[in-house]
Amino acid sequence: MIRILGLAAVWVALGMSVAGIIAAIWGLTRQRAPLVASAFQTVYVNFALLTIAVVAMVYALVTHDFSIGYVAQVGSRNTPTFYTVISLWGALEGSILFWGWVMAMYSAVVVWTNRHREGGLVPWASVALLTICLFFYILLVGPANPWHLVFPTPADGPGPNPLLQNHILMAIHPPLLYLGYVGMAVPFAFAVGALLAGEIHSDDWIKLTRRWTLSAWAFLSLAIIAGMWWSYEVLGWGGYWAWDPVENASFMPWLTATAFLHSAMVQERRGMLKLWNVNLIVSTFLLTILGTFLTRSGIVSSVHAFTTGTIGYYFLAFIALALVVSLVLVAGNSEGLRSEGHLDAAASRETVFLFNNLFLTGFTFVVVLGTLFPLVAEAFKGVKVTVGAPFFNKMTIPICVALLFLMGVGPSLPWKATSREHLRKMFILPAAVAIGIVVLALVLGMRDVYGMLAFAFAGFAIVCNTREYVIGVQARRRAHGEMIPVAFVRLVAANRRRYGGYLAHMGIITVAAAITASSSFRFEREATLKPGQSMPVKGDLSVRLKTMWGKDEPQREVVGADVEILRGGKVVGLLDPRMNFYRSQDQPVPTPAVRSRPTGDVYINLMAYTPDGQSATLRVIIEPFVPWIWFGGLVVALGAVVSAWPARRRTV
Amino acid sequence: MNWKRAIVTVAGVGIPVIALLSYGMTRDPRSIPSPLPGRAAPVFTRAVFAPGEDPTLRRAVGDSIRLADHNGQVVVVNFWASWCLACRDEHETLSMIARRYADQGVRFYGLLYNDEPRNGIKWIAQMGGQAYPALEDPSARTAIDYGLYGVPETFVVDQRGIVAHKYLGPVRPGELSQLLDSLLLAGARSTTTDAPVTRALPSPDSAR
Repeated sequence: MIRILGLAAVWVALGMSVAGIIAAIWGLTRQRAPLVASAFQTVYVNFALLTIAVVAMVYALVTHDFSIGYVAQVGSRNTPTFYTVISLWGALEGSILFWGWVMAMYSAVVVWTNRHREGGLVPWASVALLTICLFFYILLVGPANPWHLVFPTPADGPGPNPLLQNHILMAIHPPLLYLGYVGMAVPFAFAVGALLAGEIHSDDWIKLTRRWTLSAWAFLSLAIIAGMWWSYEVLGWGGYWAWDPVENASFMPWLTATAFLHSAMVQERRGMLKLWNVNLIVSTFLLTILGTFLTRSGIVSSVHAFTTGTIGYYFLAFIALALVVSLVLVAGNSEGLRSEGHLDAAASRETVFLFNNLFLTGFTFVVVLGTLFPLVAEAFKGVKVTVGAPFFNKMTIPICVALLFLMGVGPSLPWKATSREHLRKMFILPAAVAIGIVVLALVLGMRDVYGMLAFAFAGFAIVCNTREYVIGVQARRRAHGEMIPVAFVRLVAANRRRYGGYLAHMGIITVAAAITASSSFRFEREATLKPGQSMPVKGDLSVRLKTMWGKDEPQREVVGADVEILRGGKVVGLLDPRMNFYRSQDQPVPTPAVRSRPTGDVYINLMAYTPDGQSATLRVIIEPFVPWIWFGGLVVALGAVVSAWPARRRTV
Repeated sequence: MNWKRAIVTVAGVGIPVIALLSYGMTRDPRSIPSPLPGRAAPVFTRAVFAPGEDPTLRRAVGDSIRLADHNGQVVVVNFWASWCLACRDEHETLSMIARRYADQGVRFYGLLYNDEPRNGIKWIAQMGGQAYPALEDPSARTAIDYGLYGVPETFVVDQRGIVAHKYLGPVRPGELSQLLDSLLLAGARSTTTDAPVTRALPSPDSAR
């Protein structure tokens, strides 16, 4: 029953989107407003239908209806209800269903909030949105059908992949990622709409698009950080980024979207970079689809293997369609996208934005190249190659350092042109801080040039961005005589976009500095201990194995080690790294234990143990400043929220 | 609408990208051709980055090691990495066996897979040294030639340059020394044994 309900909802949604697309195009070409209005209705109905389908699937999961294919694949009576619910996105079919639902939700919100807008932009955008929705519905009734009947009905299922039921972040990371990924379809739809409606010349659509890009970007930023965190807390290798194709897939559109958020400002201010901006939006969307294709089709090898099947061909067809349509639209209209302004001076904010875009797209190119290179090498030379972290690190660290520098320079420079005097005034303090950091690093024995530059420019950029707040607050205090907190709040409220942007900068700088610190000063040690024995780790820090224990849980057996953390011989904390043995899998899943402090983490992994509990091999990793990566991610998102918050309506 | 420009762009950008991705659909990145035991071992020339401690096996850092130079000798090629946990389990065994068979002409080489030599050097120091030299494998080229699935994997190459056996996961002392004994005894006769694949991780039974 529930099976029929869910499947029927998707089928009806499929029909509705076809009808909506036809109605919208007909209404637009024949100038029939009621037809366009009815196309909008189908968008709302789609959302309702997909909501029914998702609720039906969650209900089936929770009630363990193993006659439904997806439930039989990921469900288990032993799995805690919480992990049963979130297994909605734990495997291919469910994740496509969830994706389709988020897509339908975005479409409905976009159309609803812009329904009164004049012109063809929104109707054409709704055609693009419905087409993307249609693609996901086709997947759901075709190669990724989660509803297929299993007969005879199994009594129980294997449960979700153990790695995906091991940590709470599994409930947070995928939805954020989908909100970010799918959200990038909205700017794309606006770009397509503006091109088809002939409104690409007006700058109106770029303002509309910027806010949507910003919110999708904020979700994507949070998703990437949450993914790093999950990897760090669950996988037990003590790292958070490995340049795996799936990680790259989420990072590539983030880079192009970041570039767009900056270059959009140049278009709004100076009427420049119009063609470039359209290209960035289109690339961002195509990269999200490419990333999905890469990970769902199995054409590059990745640790995040999804089951592969015919779904890759569907994605390929969709990429081809999206690519050809975008290229035709953009190239065919490129004459209308000429710049109105030109660069006035080398030392201006526009120039910094240009360099910012240059580095960000260069960065994207490196990641695309590294991810696809195995494919290219095999196609042209017939050789199998792997591209690992050393390539990516070597290529991207200099770019990151340059971007840190620009993040400081940009906010300090005015638009158009500046004077030598102004430059000197703006950069004496930040430059002094940067030099101070280099000297300090040298004294402390640091010899890695890029590490030092990263710290120096991080300090430089933090000073530059903080000073923007200080200058603004001081100006308000002089002009209005306000108290510092009042001046601060009013300053930000009056210029949300600007100060939200600086806040996001500070978040990124924090993340960059924390990554540099944690990778430069990471320290690890491993030893096999008997209960009561201790091992020195670093300085006055040591750990002592207290006891080994084991316990039975419905879905797994857990073996843990209680480990005391000692500082100068005094116990300051207790950690319990574990190994989980899921009944459905033959390999144990390690669960490291982490003790976080602002100065860094103590990360302990249980590597091995003797079955009698008489010894355990522990790996202890000192990870300096890692918590600042997660904190920085939150600051980035907060900055984006401040920036995207709608301004109070003013009566004109 | 400038159709000419549109068509040129599609032909120049769109078609190649789609063609590349379509080509990708015909490939399986996981299927790496593996030289099955019984076939000639792929030759390699690789530079030493850690010399090894055993006086017989030792080679200077920077030396080029060519598999082709070892005709008539049994060579054990071990692929490892500092980030590989199972490599720790077999490390002592390999060094011990390498020392024991050095006088009989058996040569051991550790090829570093997907890792930086400086990490490898640090790891060797942490593990208390290594009897035989460690070699670099930039871009994992040799690993690909050998159809590596993961680390550790160990290939035993006989006197004629034929792969006599391939171990997936950490080697066990008994198995390896037995194989070396029989290879040395039989001279150049290659064997393909069906020894069970060793498991890298403990089974759930050990938890109970």
